[in-house]
Amino acid sequence: MGKVGVIAVGQSPFVRGYPGSIRELAFEAFKEAMQDADITVKDIDATIVCSAPEYDKQRSPAGVFAEYLGLTPQPTFYVETLCSSSTTGLKLAYSFVKSGLHDVVLVLGFQKMSEISSAESQERMGRGADIQWESPFGTMMPAYYAMYARAHMAKYGTTSEDLALIRVKASTYGQINEKAVYRKAVSLDMFTDPESPISGPVATPLRVGDCCANADGSSCLIVASEEKAKALSKNPVWILGIGAASAPVNMAGRDLFTGLTVGEIAGRQAYKMAGMTPKDIDVAEVHDCFTIAEMMAYENLGFAKPGQGRELIRNKETYKEGSIPVNVDGGLLSKGHPIGATGGSQVRTIVLQLRGEAGAIQVKDPEIGLVHNIGGVGLYGNVVILGRS
Amino acid sequence: MAKKELDTRFSKFGTVSFTSISKTNDFVGYLEQGKVMGTKCKICGLEFFPPRADCYKCLSSDMEWFEVAGKGKLLTFSRLQYGPVGFEGDLPYAIALADFGSYKVFGRIAGDIPADDIRVGMDVTVAANTLPNGQLNYVFNKA
Ligand SMILES: [Zn+2]
Repeated sequence: MGKVGVIAVGQSPFVRGYPGSIRELAFEAFKEAMQDADITVKDIDATIVCSAPEYDKQRSPAGVFAEYLGLTPQPTFYVETLCSSSTTGLKLAYSFVKSGLHDVVLVLGFQKMSEISSAESQERMGRGADIQWESPFGTMMPAYYAMYARAHMAKYGTTSEDLALIRVKASTYGQINEKAVYRKAVSLDMFTDPESPISGPVATPLRVGDCCANADGSSCLIVASEEKAKALSKNPVWILGIGAASAPVNMAGRDLFTGLTVGEIAGRQAYKMAGMTPKDIDVAEVHDCFTIAEMMAYENLGFAKPGQGRELIRNKETYKEGSIPVNVDGGLLSKGHPIGATGGSQVRTIVLQLRGEAGAIQVKDPEIGLVHNIGGVGLYGNVVILGRS
Repeated sequence: MAKKELDTRFSKFGTVSFTSISKTNDFVGYLEQGKVMGTKCKICGLEFFPPRADCYKCLSSDMEWFEVAGKGKLLTFSRLQYGPVGFEGDLPYAIALADFGSYKVFGRIAGDIPADDIRVGMDVTVAANTLPNGQLNYVFNKA
């Protein structure tokens, strides 16, 4: 069986209040990917559309996009796993290609969150958790991740300052990412300055600066069989490992509160499939919807031992020049987090890094990259390992 | 013939309930009596909290109720400064998870416990609680 490659990537700017409809938003990432690949719609055999439903009035967007993007009469369908929807789409695309069912598959992730208020959006995201037994207590995404942060602090002595350092790193790169929604500088001092909005409490111990922002955006990946990838692309990036896992939706059903088991399990699968270890990874994109999520990802992916993630950020090892650069595009914390588009954006960053086309954020000569994308509060997890050869 | 009335007791659970009908509606009936109850599979003995109508292990739906009693240990918590739509009146409040041995319990921390007194590892008990809007939930008290 041949390899499966990513032959093109695209992403819209991630913005607050996109001035267009969802099909127009989808077009932005689609156009960039199609131009990147320099192919036509005839080359696409199937399309997978990925998002979290409920943000849009349109039901079943896959058919609408297929028409708008000229991808009919090829098959198209819709997939969701909350915030990890588009890497789930990538996994399905991989399976389609690997099975020989389709040779070239387009994965389109999108989310237009701005049509509803931030409070409504938080409530909808909260309903990605257990609505029967937990939502009636007034749960929200930041509060769930805050519970993980609290447990991490209690067990390992991780501090609020350690978490703040992750946001400071994100803003270092967010400032130079033209597609990021948050491009201002964030300093450690802002976390303790009562006058700064960054320091405002959200759900203890997390503050405003520990949380990513909602955004509107789209991402697009084009996946192809080895033969097609070589024919259509000068610089395909290969999918070497791909893992996925789920966890109990109810917190009461879980055993680990200092890490996300889905990240750990999906990571283990991806490493095994690629025949690699954490030491082989040259650059990574991890799911930093909250600062604590990035800290846990360091540990769940084996970049640091459990409880030692803080040493990585304290020593700037996850900066561009460090031993394991993480989220050097600004991460979700700076780029914003348009749910269904996020995973595709992470893959795009790694593909550009491996091609040597990442510009100002280019890591020195990476061979292997990793994407870690989480859905809900560690409800779903996808880890993808990509390589130049 | 009179239409059989729907049992929608679950709509009384929590400040805002998103469920009205469940095979575990008796949970809310027990809350009204001041009891927090889980279910136990009569076939394999597995204990469930939150309660379930069905056992995934032996596929039985033959359950009995047990009371969540004794002391649990607080595993983690968070105090919210913002709440979802419909919860504004409760703010600020803390949600928490406690370990009771063979099961864990997710819920609210009693509003009368000062924020500074909440600690990971502290002993807690669970009590049924009536909210100001007449809805029912349960809270953790210091043991
Ligand atoms: Zn059973």
